[in-house]
Amino acid sequence: MSTTAEAVGQAKAAITSADLAKAREVSATVGEFRSPTPRMVCRNVNVWYADKQAIKDVNLDIGKNEVVSMIGPSGCGKSTFLRCLNRMNDTIAGCRVSGTLELDGVDIYDKRLDVVPLRAQVGMVFQKPNPFPKSIYENVAYGPRIHGLTNDKAELDALVEESLRKAGLWEEVKDRLDQPGTGLSGGQQQRLCIARTIAVSPEVILMDEPCSALDPIATAKIEELIDELRANYSIAIVTHSMQQAARVSQRTAYFHLGDLIEVGQTDQIFTNPRHRLTEDYITGRFG
Amino acid sequence: MNSPIAAARPRAIDRVNQSLKRRYAAERRFRFLGASAVVIGLLFVTILFVDIIGKGYTAFWQTSIQLSIYFDPEVIDPSGERDPQELRRADYQKLARDALRAEFPEVQRRQELRELYGLLSTGVAQQLAERVQANPERIGTTEAVWLLADDDVDMLIKGKIDRDLPESDRRVKDRPLAWIEALEAKGAIEKHFNTPFFSNGTSREPELAGIAGALMGSFYTLLLTLLFSFPIAVATAVYLEEFAPKNRWTDLIEVNINNLAAVPSIVFGLLGLAVFINFFGVPRSTPLVGALVLTLMTLPTIIIASRAALKSVPPSIREAALGVGASPLQTQFHHVLPLAMPGMLTGTIIGMAQALGETAPLLMIGMIAFIVDIPGGATDAATVLPVQIFLWADSPERGFVERTSAAIMVLLAFLIAMNLTAVMLRRKFERRW
Ligand SMILES: Nc1ncnc2c1ncn2[C@@H]1O[C@H](COP(=O)(O)OP(=O)(O)OP(=O)(O)O)[C@@H](O)[C@H]1O
Ligand SMILES: [Mg+2]
Repeated sequence: MSTTAEAVGQAKAAITSADLAKAREVSATVGEFRSPTPRMVCRNVNVWYADKQAIKDVNLDIGKNEVVSMIGPSGCGKSTFLRCLNRMNDTIAGCRVSGTLELDGVDIYDKRLDVVPLRAQVGMVFQKPNPFPKSIYENVAYGPRIHGLTNDKAELDALVEESLRKAGLWEEVKDRLDQPGTGLSGGQQQRLCIARTIAVSPEVILMDEPCSALDPIATAKIEELIDELRANYSIAIVTHSMQQAARVSQRTAYFHLGDLIEVGQTDQIFTNPRHRLTEDYITGRFG
Repeated sequence: MNSPIAAARPRAIDRVNQSLKRRYAAERRFRFLGASAVVIGLLFVTILFVDIIGKGYTAFWQTSIQLSIYFDPEVIDPSGERDPQELRRADYQKLARDALRAEFPEVQRRQELRELYGLLSTGVAQQLAERVQANPERIGTTEAVWLLADDDVDMLIKGKIDRDLPESDRRVKDRPLAWIEALEAKGAIEKHFNTPFFSNGTSREPELAGIAGALMGSFYTLLLTLLFSFPIAVATAVYLEEFAPKNRWTDLIEVNINNLAAVPSIVFGLLGLAVFINFFGVPRSTPLVGALVLTLMTLPTIIIASRAALKSVPPSIREAALGVGASPLQTQFHHVLPLAMPGMLTGTIIGMAQALGETAPLLMIGMIAFIVDIPGGATDAATVLPVQIFLWADSPERGFVERTSAAIMVLLAFLIAMNLTAVMLRRKFERRW
């Protein structure tokens, strides 16, 4: 029996606004947000959409060879925070980001920093599958091609195949690589997007609910892939499945209404949460 | 199941059923209104087409008279040297006149002779000259040749002049009528396909007037308009939509572009006159200056359509491209523009169709001049189809009425062809996402 299913059976202890107010006062995150070997370092990150603050004073590191999962109720700012890490929020009019975000010690919000190489370095899989309306092959080959990662067609073919294999899609599409990527099923599209992202060999991969449209088998494949990628890369993954967070990540961060409530080793968060809100959430009393 | 929801369910479906009737009635009403609108639209289009085709189809046939022409060496080539210069300058009209007199030997008086010669178009000289140039061996031989009839004869043969009217009210008098009927009885009057209509420039004589000049003028003008306006409009739309910061200045620019789309076209003509002709010294009456003016006029249309097309590209595509590290320009050219292309092309073709039918601004820049020569390039003086239609519609001769309608038919054919191209291009570029 899963934690969520158990939680449904329990009587609900509603969260009062007094609890939330208390949480606000002790806004400092519970647990160790630093990593001994940080890849990305985020300090005092605030994000506003126009006048609405979506992220409040978040501090979090993403370490080398580490998977950090981000969990929290819908609308708490997980996607927003993730999008700060490769400056994808730049494309949203009215979105403001403050604080320090560094990749390998380089301030990624520096005015002089070029976002194109940054995004090649920090790849992203979006919440909604968004393949290009081009062929399956083109979808995967596009990134390597614009960055000039391969020398010839054979190399590119091999890279496309390898990426599709890693994403667990090769067997399904190897006979129809020239068909439009948009003609695939939702889950296949998401795996195509994952293949597209890993084809450019990013060093940090951001995944926004990559498995929300996938069946358990495909999910297992992606989780395997994440585990494999961890050997070389750093990964931040947003997920609504606590089992998934528990399976793939070393550290877990719990967000609540724009605050980072608690960070810690994944097993500690799930077995012994220190913050009341975290406990309520993972036992299913909230969200 | 005894939850409150389950208990409420039967009642809910009753309500749904009650509202269903009203909803379907509304739907039927809406469909009926839509269908009637389409029918009314089609009706007017049909009336327009029937009227124009009914008036104009006769212009595609032209009356000719068959005469046996003696290619008299005395007239054509008195020196006998076959000098091309001499052959060109010869009085071919005389050959036709001699043939007419041979046909009707009883006509002697000067006044009568003038009426007799009036049966033929002045264009016969050209017709005969071309025959001799094509084959000088003809000189000295006699040959039955179909020669272009005068426009009055043409109108009479086409039944547009009533033979039963009293002579005083009839444009073709009794004597010519008798000759015509004599020729008809011999089978020497026939209607032939009107090739001169498609190969000649305009003329004061209806039977010689053709649309080739106006057609070429329209072609050059539109081609240049397309070359100027499409790149500028697309660049503007992409910049404003994707790159420009959204602030008061871009708002102002947007308002101005929308305003320009509504400015009366004659104003663009005046602007073109003042700026392009008087200031920059672009030669007047030419497709070049016409295209510049039409570019100003069509730009807002294409820009607005292109921006709408860009807006309809889902932002997730841009995110996907930027997410793998494409630069903003690559994102535009590799992903956004191909998706926006069908909409942009539709806007462009609508703009071009507008430009093809535009008259007023071209009048201001002198494209209304009477130009017989077919323009050979963008800097030759020219006129365009709609202006030609306007000029012919303004001419008093009966023969220009059918030519006006025929020219409208040609214009409509071009518009239809352009719109079909738009549909085809859209099909070709359209992609699902
Ligand atoms: N483009 C935007 N403009 C304005 N507000 C936004 C925008 N995107 C997100 N928000 C707001 O910011 C807050 C955080 O949104 P975000 O998408 O980060 O939530 P999330 O944690 O990813 O939720 P979910 O789990 O449902 O994906 C929400 O209140 C949302 O309404
Ligand atoms: Mg989200």
